[in-house]
Amino acid sequence: MVESLLFIILGAVLIITALLGITRTNPISSSLCLVFAFLSLASLYAMLSSAFVAAIQVLVYAGGILVLIIFVIMIMHLNEKDLVHLKPKYMLMLVTAVIVVAGTLAPCLYVLSRSSFFAAQTLPENFGSAELIGSVLFEHYLFPFEMLSLILLTAIVGVMVISKKKL
Amino acid sequence: MDSLTFGAINIVVMAVVMWNIPLQFIPLMIWLERKGAAIIQDRIGPLRANIFGIRLFGLLHTIADAIKLLFKEDIIPNHVHRLYYVMAPFWSMTVALVPLMLIPIASPLQIGAHLFRFQVADYSSGLVLLFAITGLGVYGTFFAGWASNNKYSLLGSLRSSAQMISYELGMGLAIVAVLMAYQEISVSSIVEKQSGMMKLFHWVVPLPNWGIFLNPVAFVVFLVSAFAETNRTPFDLVEGESEIVAGYHTEYSSMKFALFFMAEYAHMVVASIVMATLFLGGYQIPYVTTEQLRHNSHYALCAILIIIALLCLIAGIIVYKRAKAYGMSFAEKLGKKEYFVISYLLFAAALMSIFLVPLVVQMRFAALPSQIIVAALQMMALFGKAMIFLWLYVHVRWTLPRFRYDQLMNLGWKILFPVSLLNIAITGIVISFT
Repeated sequence: MVESLLFIILGAVLIITALLGITRTNPISSSLCLVFAFLSLASLYAMLSSAFVAAIQVLVYAGGILVLIIFVIMIMHLNEKDLVHLKPKYMLMLVTAVIVVAGTLAPCLYVLSRSSFFAAQTLPENFGSAELIGSVLFEHYLFPFEMLSLILLTAIVGVMVISKKKL
Repeated sequence: MDSLTFGAINIVVMAVVMWNIPLQFIPLMIWLERKGAAIIQDRIGPLRANIFGIRLFGLLHTIADAIKLLFKEDIIPNHVHRLYYVMAPFWSMTVALVPLMLIPIASPLQIGAHLFRFQVADYSSGLVLLFAITGLGVYGTFFAGWASNNKYSLLGSLRSSAQMISYELGMGLAIVAVLMAYQEISVSSIVEKQSGMMKLFHWVVPLPNWGIFLNPVAFVVFLVSAFAETNRTPFDLVEGESEIVAGYHTEYSSMKFALFFMAEYAHMVVASIVMATLFLGGYQIPYVTTEQLRHNSHYALCAILIIIALLCLIAGIIVYKRAKAYGMSFAEKLGKKEYFVISYLLFAAALMSIFLVPLVVQMRFAALPSQIIVAALQMMALFGKAMIFLWLYVHVRWTLPRFRYDQLMNLGWKILFPVSLLNIAITGIVISFT
């Protein structure tokens, strides 16, 4: 009862803030909406007994990445004139949303609903704990994980190469 | 009572308590800061505000400040972005108060079949969440600076966010080393791990098993980063008066300014309690475990009484030494006798608690009262440890000058960051050998 009520409230906050985030013309407003979206998403994770993922969601996305994004927006210091041609095109957004949902989400959901994915099952003892996630990440998926960090490093080096005229 | 109701009551009671702890510490800290400045600069300090001549060592100044700020006109300039301008101080204050909810202030009580936790949420990855929430504090400064629509405010908030991002890295990596040393991620189990003696390569070292001894480098890095995160003096470029007026809160007045001011002190209180929890054993009392204390709760009560007596005695002596001089300089109504009366009361309290000690030693307590006594002693231990850090904050503020901006960034990125990375590597090597 309490859980489903909380779920409805958090889900509503998530959807509304996410929609506001893509429809605001002011980049600061949309980033603030994104902060709230991340926070409600983290609460949803916590409700789904993934405590560690929830904490990491707040730490990395709301506390780290978005701060950097806002930092960049502030340094650019856009005024009202620059923002006029950034008015969202609602028709385009709607079409994109329909294509994305129909093309990717719907087939996934269809396939998953035919499998036993949605069947009720008991969770393992330490589900969502840092130990389990760590052991999966650093034992089973060690190679892809390290490759990902290499890709991020490549991106950083690439930015340095492009932005600096003289290295 | 079923366990769900009990848990709900526990959470509500502890939430109110934990919410009030920083709020009650704020006026005390403002007073301590002014008196600390006075001691270091060889002055008397605030002593003018009085009610019928009673001054309470300048404590009334904090009340006078609060009343002044409450009754000032709340100006919202026309050129600000209203929503963010109003939201920013509330955001700062909220984020400052929340992290304390994850910290235990005493070991849990066993009431019947239920466990009463002195902690709002015993979150399984509590330490990560603690730093995640602390990291959200930067938005308060961000939006205050941006919404004020003022160059000085924007510069202040840009400085603050750059500083917080840089020092969060060093802080986070120091925490990783600490987590590796404890091999725990929940705050309550970290505190429980710090009881008893330290063991190093199977030898017992005569030191308590505290973070500061397990991982001293992480402690130093964390301490420096905590000063930077709370925007305190060697790192208070955020509001460098000589350069950018007052930084991000230049445009704020009345209670909105007061909220920023309170948030800074609340951050200090929370940072001190977190440091005491992670590095000074939290509520643990050195060399004694909670079990031993509970079996000998009459001695624990004696310890509480002796501590109270000592504190009253020291405070009484300090007050009595000043009583005569102050009585002469403030020759109005009650002010003349005030210091004498207070010092005699303090001496009387000290004597009372000393006389109670022989009575208490012969008493034996049941299970629940002894647990409550031990919890009280543990809370005193935690807040005593936090007071050490709070005094350090005050002392550093009045002794060290402000850093230059490039020095600040160099310290963050070129010293603290590599040092904490190296510390993680060394901690890992040591752990793999033990």
